[in-house]
Amino acid sequence: MSAIVSLHNVVKTYTRGKQTVEVLHNLSIEIAQGDFVALMGPSGSGKTTLLNLIGGLDRPSKGEVNVAGERIDQLSSGQLAKWRARHVGFVFQFYNLMPMLSAERNVELPLLLTNLSSARRKQNVQAALAVVGLAERAKHKPAELSGGQAQRVAIARALVADPTLLVCDEPTGDLDRTTADEILHLLQMLNKDHGKTIVMVTHDPKAAEFASHQLHLDKGQLVEGSVHA
Amino acid sequence: MKQTLAVTWMNLRSLPSRYMTSLVVVVGIALVVGVLVAMLSMSKGFEHTLKGTGSESRALMLSAGVTAELSSYIDPQMVPLLREMPGIRRDAAGKPLASAELLVITELRRGDGDVNVALRGVEPAGMTIRPEVKLVEGRLFKSGLRELIAGRSATRQFSGINVGSKLQFRGSEWDVVGIFESDGDAHESELWTDADTARSAFGRPGASAILAQFDTSTPPAVALQTLKAAVAADPRFQIDVLGERDYYSSQSQGVTDNINFITVFITVIMAFGAVFGALNTMYSAVAARQIEIATLRAIGFSGLPVMVSVLAESVALALIGGLIGAGCAWLLFDGLTTATLGQNFTQVAFSFAVTPALVARGLSWALGIGLIGGFFPALKAIRQPVAEALRGA
Repeated sequence: MSAIVSLHNVVKTYTRGKQTVEVLHNLSIEIAQGDFVALMGPSGSGKTTLLNLIGGLDRPSKGEVNVAGERIDQLSSGQLAKWRARHVGFVFQFYNLMPMLSAERNVELPLLLTNLSSARRKQNVQAALAVVGLAERAKHKPAELSGGQAQRVAIARALVADPTLLVCDEPTGDLDRTTADEILHLLQMLNKDHGKTIVMVTHDPKAAEFASHQLHLDKGQLVEGSVHA
Repeated sequence: MKQTLAVTWMNLRSLPSRYMTSLVVVVGIALVVGVLVAMLSMSKGFEHTLKGTGSESRALMLSAGVTAELSSYIDPQMVPLLREMPGIRRDAAGKPLASAELLVITELRRGDGDVNVALRGVEPAGMTIRPEVKLVEGRLFKSGLRELIAGRSATRQFSGINVGSKLQFRGSEWDVVGIFESDGDAHESELWTDADTARSAFGRPGASAILAQFDTSTPPAVALQTLKAAVAADPRFQIDVLGERDYYSSQSQGVTDNINFITVFITVIMAFGAVFGALNTMYSAVAARQIEIATLRAIGFSGLPVMVSVLAESVALALIGGLIGAGCAWLLFDGLTTATLGQNFTQVAFSFAVTPALVARGLSWALGIGLIGGFFPALKAIRQPVAEALRGA
């Protein structure tokens, strides 16, 4: 399969006060379309930084980042926002739902960036909520949902615009084991049945087992894994 | 547009969860607008009272160079000559419709001390050429007697002025025999008596001014020019001729300019405070919504809708504050009658006037404060890197 994510000699540095910290050192990886990759590593290893680069939330200090056929490290902020809307669905550890909106309104958010009609948006929202098994909770607000249900709504929101890539940052970090496994099964189903490419950051080795491949980072470098350049 | 409306709507719907910090903006701006509208309504009411005094069909003749009727004095020998000037209307008997009037200050006791009240000596023609003056209680004063009629505002403003009451001044007792109204203009703050009685009581045989009605055969502006030219051409006179309405408008100018200056000065100082209050609140609001905003931006919403949503919140709070402030000013002050010193150093009663234009002016200040208070936090909201904002850093 062709690589949907390709990073070449990527360096990422942060400046904290007078100190410059290099978080990623000449990192090169490729992720194939339709893959489900778990990014693992200790705190400070650079896995979230890497996920942010892949998701177009951040730019590298050096090197190339190609995702979904586009060199995203060269895009402006505005172009990057449009690119994210078209290609990336995000799932966060703490769900990041809008508390004042119902589940269906939360899921509809990415569709507001498209030209779809209101009726079509509604249709797509219902379909996405059905995929995550929450069609009957559409009118509920986040505060009325359990953690697992809230994360399912977040996954529906990530899916609804049919993105090229799902980027998940510790999606089960706030959930108990049983609920976490349900969410991971859901992600696995989206990968296998719907062909979604998924990149997931996790601390949890059990969660990583649900992925097809694992990438381990330490001190900003790839130390082992079955998918790397 | 869809993005902007959606994000703005979300932002406004989250306001109740931040009501305490939002209240700072609302209260701060309500105070600014309340003070601004209340003070300007005072100036507007005063201006309205004086500008509403007089008619375009009448002229006032004053001694040359003076700015107020009270400091004017026309020699008694000049009075009959001035009445005969061209441009002045005549009655059926051929007598000029002009009233040589004496305006003096007299002291009246009020609850909290003595106050200056204007007493106007009026000739019979003075009543004829002022159709707006209506006797609403009692009767007109009689010539040669210490009798007077009082303006409606004067009765409200000063204690003890009613039909039948007696006033002490210039060493004698004066009977109040009637009450008059004149459409709420400045004359309603005066006491009127017979001109000859006033001249005799105050020992001033001349006149402060001559009020004359224009000849109706020509437009008022033409008649005024005719009269001005005739008076200026006659070397016997040192007299200025003014349109009556222009004269009263100019009388309000100094006081309203002062009130307006003080109002703007105080409002600017208060507005500075309100801007900082708004900035503080909106920075808090942006901080409270940092992750929500970052999530929206991660999903693909651009900076503009986020910026507009923060500005919309700030402006919405400011307008709510502005409406409350203007509403309070209207409830507390609109129509409230008070008195201030006119340029004659007499009490002029007037009503505060909270007009739609003043409310609009107050709301425009609120809008300005809201926009400034929201702009920098909005800028911060869109400038913070998304990845950093998502961490809640």
